[in-house]
Amino acid sequence: MSASRPSETDPHSSATPDAAATPDAAVATGGARPARGGPARSGRPRGSGGPGESHARAWTGPGWGFVVKLLIMMVINAIGVMAIMSAYAAGSWVVLTVLVVLLALADWIYFSRRTLPLKYLYPGLVFLAVFQLFTLAYTGYVAFTNYGTGHLGSMQQAVDAALIQAEQRVEDSPSYPLAVVREDGEIGFAINNDGVVQVGTEEEPLEAVAGAVVDTAGTPIEVPGWDVVPRAELFADTALQEQVVELRVPVSDEAADGSIRTREGSTGAVYSSSLTWDPAARTLTDAETGTVYSPDDRGNFVSSDGQRLAAGWYVPVGFDNFVRAFTDTAYAGPLLQVTAWTFGFGILTVLTSFGLGLVLAMIYNDQRVRGQKVLRTIFILPYAFPAFMSALLWRGMLNSEFGVINEWFFFGANVDWLGDPWLAKFVILWVNLWLSYPYWFLVSTGALQALPTDVMEAARIDGAGRLRQFTSISLPLLMVSTAPLAIASFAFNFNNFTIIFMLTNGGPAFPGASVPLGATDILISAIYQISGVSGGRADYGLASALSIIVFIVIGIISALAFRQTRKLEEI
Amino acid sequence: MRKYLGLGVSLLASVALVAACGGGSGSDETSEPTAQTNEDAGSGAAAGAELVVWSDAERAEAIENAAAQFEEDTGATVTVVQKNFEDLRADFLAQVPTGEGPDLTVGAHDWLGEFVESGVVNTVDLGERAADFEEVTLDAFTYDGQLYALPYAQEAVALIQNTELVGEETPATWDELVQMAEDAGFEDRPFILYTNGSEGDMYTSYGFQTSFGAPIFEQADDGSYTTEVGLSDEGGQEFAQWLYDNGSAGTGYFTDTIDYDIGNELFADGESPFIVQGPWTIPTYTDAGIDVAVGPIPAAGDETAAPFVGVQGFYLSAQSDNALLANEFLTGYMATDEAQQALYDADPRIPALTAVAESVADDPIQAGFLASAQNGVPMPNIPEMGAVWDFWNPVQIALINGEDPETVWPEMVSNIESAIAE
Repeated sequence: MSASRPSETDPHSSATPDAAATPDAAVATGGARPARGGPARSGRPRGSGGPGESHARAWTGPGWGFVVKLLIMMVINAIGVMAIMSAYAAGSWVVLTVLVVLLALADWIYFSRRTLPLKYLYPGLVFLAVFQLFTLAYTGYVAFTNYGTGHLGSMQQAVDAALIQAEQRVEDSPSYPLAVVREDGEIGFAINNDGVVQVGTEEEPLEAVAGAVVDTAGTPIEVPGWDVVPRAELFADTALQEQVVELRVPVSDEAADGSIRTREGSTGAVYSSSLTWDPAARTLTDAETGTVYSPDDRGNFVSSDGQRLAAGWYVPVGFDNFVRAFTDTAYAGPLLQVTAWTFGFGILTVLTSFGLGLVLAMIYNDQRVRGQKVLRTIFILPYAFPAFMSALLWRGMLNSEFGVINEWFFFGANVDWLGDPWLAKFVILWVNLWLSYPYWFLVSTGALQALPTDVMEAARIDGAGRLRQFTSISLPLLMVSTAPLAIASFAFNFNNFTIIFMLTNGGPAFPGASVPLGATDILISAIYQISGVSGGRADYGLASALSIIVFIVIGIISALAFRQTRKLEEI
Repeated sequence: MRKYLGLGVSLLASVALVAACGGGSGSDETSEPTAQTNEDAGSGAAAGAELVVWSDAERAEAIENAAAQFEEDTGATVTVVQKNFEDLRADFLAQVPTGEGPDLTVGAHDWLGEFVESGVVNTVDLGERAADFEEVTLDAFTYDGQLYALPYAQEAVALIQNTELVGEETPATWDELVQMAEDAGFEDRPFILYTNGSEGDMYTSYGFQTSFGAPIFEQADDGSYTTEVGLSDEGGQEFAQWLYDNGSAGTGYFTDTIDYDIGNELFADGESPFIVQGPWTIPTYTDAGIDVAVGPIPAAGDETAAPFVGVQGFYLSAQSDNALLANEFLTGYMATDEAQQALYDADPRIPALTAVAESVADDPIQAGFLASAQNGVPMPNIPEMGAVWDFWNPVQIALINGEDPETVWPEMVSNIESAIAE
C-alpha cells in the first residue's frame, strides 16, 4: 500500500461531511478547493492542491463517521463480550480464547491508523477462518483418526461405558425401599430389608439400626443417628444427586456379595460389577476370571488372549484411512468405478448442457425470432424449480411399471430406467441436462449479445461462411467468458449430491460388491454412504480421508483448467 | 492522543452497553447464589436441574404432559427437543460423547448395539415393574443381560386385506392368499410387495423369509441373537428361490417398482387385495374409504411367518449429569399406565405395558397387528445388524429382477459374513 492510498479510502477523512466544521482541513489542502466546498471527497486529482499534505493527515477530530464507527464497534464489542462470557460459563476454553483474540484484533484494527488494508480485509478473513479453514482443518484431523462407530468418545468415556455395562443387578435381588441419609457431610443409604432398617455408607457395610421409623410404603423416614434427606432437597441439589448415583454401599465385608445402589433415590437393589478400573495402570480387570484388559493403539481395551471390550475411543491412526481407500480390496474396486463415473458424469453433464444451451441460445438470438423475451423466460423455468423436487418428479415418471415415460413414449414397455446400470447413468445425465441447460442458455445468450459485431462483419466481408464464422470467431470469443463458468460447473457437478441422492440414491447396487455402493454413486454420495449418517456402521475417519482426496482432485483440476483458460484470452 | 481518547470512549461505551443488555444475565448470576442458600437451608425450593429429552414430533406432546406432573413434584424443568425420528440415532451417537447430548432420547431398539458399542447409553432398572411389560419389548432392549431402555411401544408389519374384495378371513398360507386373490380376479397382482422402489426392503419381507426357517441371525436359547448368520442354510436358499419364482422371471407378482406411495395407492385404489405394511399406513387406506382387515403374515414356507418386531423406548445417556432425575422420570412418570396410554393416543402403536396393550386390543385392527407381533421376533439389536441391510436389500431386487438365486444369495451371505468379521 502506498502512502498516498489512505487519503482515498480512510473512513475518517472521507466521512468528514462538513468542511465548515473542520476549517483547518480547508487551509491545509491549500485553497484549491472551492470556498463553499462540499464534503472532502476522495478521488480529487492529487497534486492539484499545491504542496500541502494529504488531507487525511490533516484529520482533526472525530466527525460523524467516527461516531457511526464508534456505535458499530460498541455493538460488536457488546456481542463479543457477551459471547466470551457465555463461553466462559460453558467452560469452552478454546472458543473463549479464539473469541478474545478475534475481538481484541477487531478493536486494534479499527482504532489503529496503521492498519488500513486490514479494516477492509478483516471481516472476510474471519469468515474464511471460521467457515473454511476450521472445517478443512477439522476434516483433516478426523481423517487421521479412527473416529466412527465404536470409537466416538474419549478413553475415560470408554471406561465409564465398560463399568456401566459390567455392573449387573444380582440375580433375584429384591428392590428395597431406600432413603438417603446424611451425617457430618457423609452420605449413606438406609434400606428397609423386610422390616429391618439397615444403614451403610461407602466405607461401612450395611448394619441394622434399631428404632427407625418407616412410612406406609416402607421407606425409612427417621433413622436414629442420621438425618434422612427429604426427597425435595435431593431433587433440588444436583451435586448431591451425583453423589447418590455414584454411591455403592457394600452389603457385607465380602466384596463379592455386591453392593446396594440406587438409580432414582427411593429404591435400592444389590448390584455387583465384574470389572474394576485401575487408573494408575490404565487397565480394567475382570474380578471373576482375572482377565486384564489393557488399552491398545487402536483405541480398544484388549486382553492378552485377544478378547475386546465393546466400547472404544478414537485415536490417531496415521495414514491408515488413506491407505485403506486405495488398497482395501473391498473398497478399492468399487471406489475406482465410482471415481470413473464421477469424472464421466462431471464432464458429460457440462458438455451436454453447455452444448444444448449454446445451440438454443444461438437459434433464439436471431433477430427474426418473434417473442424472444417470452420464449427466453419460458426456457428458464426448469432452472427455477428446486432441483430436488424435479429429481423426485423424474424419479416417479421414470418408474418402469407405473411411470408416464414408459406409458407415453414406449408403448407401456417396462424399460427399467432406474434399475439398469447404464440406463440409470443415462437417466442421471438426461435429468441433469434438463435441469441445467437453461443456465447455459442464459449465459450463452448474454455472451452472444456481447460479441463485437465489427469482427463478424469483417469476417463476412472476407468471405467466411457461417460455420467458419462460428468456429473461428464466435466460439473462441464465447469461450473467453464461458470457460471459467464451465470449470465452475464441472466442480459443482463433481459434487452434485442432490441429483444422485434424489434420483437413484446411487443405485442400482454393484452386484455382489462388499460395500454399499452402486452404479450411479459419485464420490460425494459414496462418502455419504460410508460416513454412516444414513444408517449402517459409521466410519467418519475413512469418509474424511475420501473428502480430502476429492478436495485435492478438484483443486488440481480446477487449477489446471483455469490455467488453460488464460490461454484463450490471448486470442 | 485523540486516538486513545477514542479508544477509551468506545471501551467505556461498550462496557455500558454490555451492562445494559446483559441485565438479564446479570440478575441470573445474582439469583444463583440465593438459590444455593435456599437449597442449603433445605427448603427444597424448585431451582432444580434441567432434563433434556429428545423426541420426534408425534410423541413430544405426550412427553410434555407426563413431564408437567414431574416438574411440579421435583422442581426440575423438562425440555423436550423435537427432531426427526431418523436423525435421533446419528445425533445421539455424535453428541453424547461431546457432552452436548440429551439426558433421555426416544429411540428404536435396533440402535442399541451401536449405542452400547459406542458407550453412549446407560442401563435402566425397572425393578418389579418389569413384570408388567410385554416380554418381547424388554428382550428387545436387553443387551448382554442388561436392560438399556424403558420400552413404550412395539410394532410389526402385518397382512392387510381389502375386505370388500376378498372378505374378512385371513389366509394362513401364501398359496391360500394367491388363491383368494385369483378368485377375486386379481391374477396379475394378487399381492403388493413393498420394495422401497428399486432399493429393496427386507424389513417388510422378513416374515416370508422366516417362514422358510431362515432367520437373519441365529438366536441363542435365551432369545438373544448370536452373530452367526442364519441365511446360508437350505431355508435361505428356498426363500431366494421363492422370490425369484415370483419375480420377473416367474409369476411376475413382485416388481421393483413399488415404493411407499405407489404401494399404498394401489392398495387404496383396490388394484390389489393384499399388502404387507405397518400400522402407520392404516389411515391412508381408511381415508381412501376402503375397509380393511389385519392379520398375521401368511407362511410361504413350512414354518410360522415371524416378522420383525420393532420396539420403541427411552434411552438414558451414559453422560447424563442428571441420572437420578432422569431415572425418576422414566420409572416414576413414563412407565405408568396413564403415560403409556397418552403415548398411544398420540401415535397408535401397540403399547409395551401389557395392561395398556390389552385395553387397546378391542380395536380389531390393533388386535390384528398385535397378533402379527406376537408371532414375531425382535429385530436384532446387535451392532452387526447395521452391516446387513446394505447387502440384503439389493439382493431382493436382484432376485426379483431374475438374477440366479444360486449365485447371488450365497454371494450375499459371504459378503455379510466378511462385513461382520471386520
